Amino acid sequence: MRRDIVTSAIGIVVLTVLLGLAYPLLITGVSQVAFPGNANGQKIFAGGKLVGSKIIGQSFAKPVIGKDGKPEEKEEELVTEPDPSYFQSRPSATEGGAYNAAASTFSNRGPNDKVTEEEDAENIKAYLELERPYDPGLTTAQIPVDAVNTSASNLDPEISPANARIQAHRVAAKRGLSLSAVDSLVAKYTDSRGLGFSGEPGVNVLELNLALDRLKGAKS
Amino acid sequence: MTFFGWLTIVLFVVILSALAVPLGSYMAKVYSGERVFLSPLFAGPERLLYKVLRVDPERGQDWKSYAKSLLIFSLAGWLLLYVILRTQDAFFVPHAVNPLGYHSAPWNVTFNTVSSFVTNTNWQFYSGDTTMSYLSQMIGLTVQNWLSAGVGIVVAVALIRGIIGRSPKSLGNFWKDLVRTILYVLAPISVIGALVLVSQGVIQNLSTYLTAHTLTGLTQSIAMGPAASQLSIKMLGTNGGGFFNVNSAHPFENPTAFTNLFEMLLVLIIPAALVFTYGRMTGNRRQGYAIYATMMVMFLGAVVVAYVAEAHGSPAQHAAGLHTHAISGSGGGNMEGKEQRFGIAGSALFDVVTTVTSCGAVNSAIESFTGIGGAVPFANMSASETIFGGVGTGLYSILLYVLLAVFIGGLMVGRTPEWLGKKLEAKEIKLAGLAILITPLAALFATALATATRAGRASISELGKGPQGFSESFYAYLSQANNNGSAFAGYTGFIQPNAGNVGSHGVTFADVLGGLVMLFARFGPIVLTLAVAGALVGKRVTPAGLGTMRTDNTTFVVLLIGVIILVGALTFFPALLLGPIVQGLTGHLY
Repeated sequence: MRRDIVTSAIGIVVLTVLLGLAYPLLITGVSQVAFPGNANGQKIFAGGKLVGSKIIGQSFAKPVIGKDGKPEEKEEELVTEPDPSYFQSRPSATEGGAYNAAASTFSNRGPNDKVTEEEDAENIKAYLELERPYDPGLTTAQIPVDAVNTSASNLDPEISPANARIQAHRVAAKRGLSLSAVDSLVAKYTDSRGLGFSGEPGVNVLELNLALDRLKGAKS
Repeated sequence: MTFFGWLTIVLFVVILSALAVPLGSYMAKVYSGERVFLSPLFAGPERLLYKVLRVDPERGQDWKSYAKSLLIFSLAGWLLLYVILRTQDAFFVPHAVNPLGYHSAPWNVTFNTVSSFVTNTNWQFYSGDTTMSYLSQMIGLTVQNWLSAGVGIVVAVALIRGIIGRSPKSLGNFWKDLVRTILYVLAPISVIGALVLVSQGVIQNLSTYLTAHTLTGLTQSIAMGPAASQLSIKMLGTNGGGFFNVNSAHPFENPTAFTNLFEMLLVLIIPAALVFTYGRMTGNRRQGYAIYATMMVMFLGAVVVAYVAEAHGSPAQHAAGLHTHAISGSGGGNMEGKEQRFGIAGSALFDVVTTVTSCGAVNSAIESFTGIGGAVPFANMSASETIFGGVGTGLYSILLYVLLAVFIGGLMVGRTPEWLGKKLEAKEIKLAGLAILITPLAALFATALATATRAGRASISELGKGPQGFSESFYAYLSQANNNGSAFAGYTGFIQPNAGNVGSHGVTFADVLGGLVMLFARFGPIVLTLAVAGALVGKRVTPAGLGTMRTDNTTFVVLLIGVIILVGALTFFPALLLGPIVQGLTGHLY
């Protein structure tokens, strides 16, 4: 009994130092040397400032400016509306505004829940309002599920290629680009399946939007 | 459903099996004390550790002594972790390791969290990104990810020694088994795994959270931290507690479809390999193959049901007018609570992998699974870790069922049951029966208490109406009793109005009940399993005769599956009917 207590006491301290300090610091050190970009979150800079992480989704909504010339707020959160010249990410329900990457959370909407249906219906309506003016034939039946359902992390950096192809109509019109030019950019930023077979292809929204901005910059 | 979805499932199973066989042989050598290819590297540190710990690795322990060492060591880990988590903002903690200045969680949440990590459950009432300092994640939670995994594995090894023991009443030495598990099995895979994950985009740093200025003029705060080192052992040790709140759904914790596959392999590799270790150590590899076949049949059944159900979509989606079949450029299905890069197949497979084992990591919101898709994790856990199960816990759980199946088979043919040459008698059967019943008992008793009392219902989420609310409660206690840790995450035991624990408080009922359930359902079966090992180890071995029932052929596999399903169904079916099955059978919205 006594021997067990002594060994346990020494053991837990020694193993805490080895596994809790030495091991994570070893991994940190090696990662910072071998894979500094990945280990630090694949930051993307534009014009000298940090615009986000390549693999963390973000909102492409802009603040609504009120009559007093200041951004409107409601319950201490900025009121926003989708910026039509950008591709839009999936709906996000993080607290403190969409795509809050300091507080990831599940939406926890149940499969047989009226609230889920209402949220879905609302997102469908918003999607149609945004896209139909530029894609007149668009119907509810054609909307891909990822455009309506929230993701697991609520930080999904990707949308489905089908979703991007619908949005391409709007982005092309808003930016005065040809649909084929936007479509080819979409294709360029579509990640294929893992190892060629696993998962689903997805379009990285931030990278795509940055490429669009660069296109505009090159022209002007 | 898509061709690539099915292909992912098939290839995953093939790769897993191909890797598990050699690892199983390697582990058999490690636990038989033989030299392995890593011996030149680790023999020195191993001897040093024995010296520091003041243990004589050659001193054999009987089951009581083995259990005593295990329990005292776990208690020491529990106490240290409690102190670490309760002092994460104390004056002596340097700012660099708690850059966001997070306060400690209240006592009740901490009680739950500590019990959860020491029991390999990793049930999380807290959210990693908004409550835990980097130091707590490293020296607290990461350490228990290793140690609870090690403790699970050594119990399985001790049981194997009990089964094959010829005369001496020794099950091995707890400290030696633990040290060898950490050095020779967990450390190499975990280090390589962590680096592979970083190379694919999992973060590993000690920076403070980033502030980004987005293209549309908004600001975005982005969580950072040493995620990869914890993630790697979290998967490998079937722990499952995420560094971030959304666990393996977070792009920093599971950035690509490849890491998704890799993480699933990390989860299943040791539970699968241990089956082959068992076959090798008993000297009859067919014993291992039979158990592997049993597990794989049930595993594949669960995957198929989950994938088909999720690809079909949910009643809420259909009521809203969404079309959920696959179209060009979109896989369709129930994408509520799922990530685009994993798709339906990658989410359904991950869900099954982590709920048949006691891992409990999630890459999608289980609460948002369809009724039948959500019934799959329930069913997996109703099998009490016999389908691969947690590291070590899975093997000893199914071996107890093997014992039960041999006994029932013996009754059918009217002979004294024999298992690998040892006669099974009343004592072992009683102990095994008791061990098998502890988990269901804890799960059902706690669920009843939680749904029948006002204090228990306080934890049900706002959205959890009707059968969903029952499912949330049942899932919470089933998951904690199975030391799984996955959740219908709406169920809460922690109210946290602000990031950093300012003004937070726990829900004492859920925290304490959950904590006790985890401790009871972890250490109860462990002690009983060691007792079974102790009862078997000294038994005389008689050569198999013509009338001996074989435990390595198809007939036995069928019998074993039957026993597992029978026990699981008899205990859990009534409760399952009230929650997920109701939802799966109706299109009704609540």
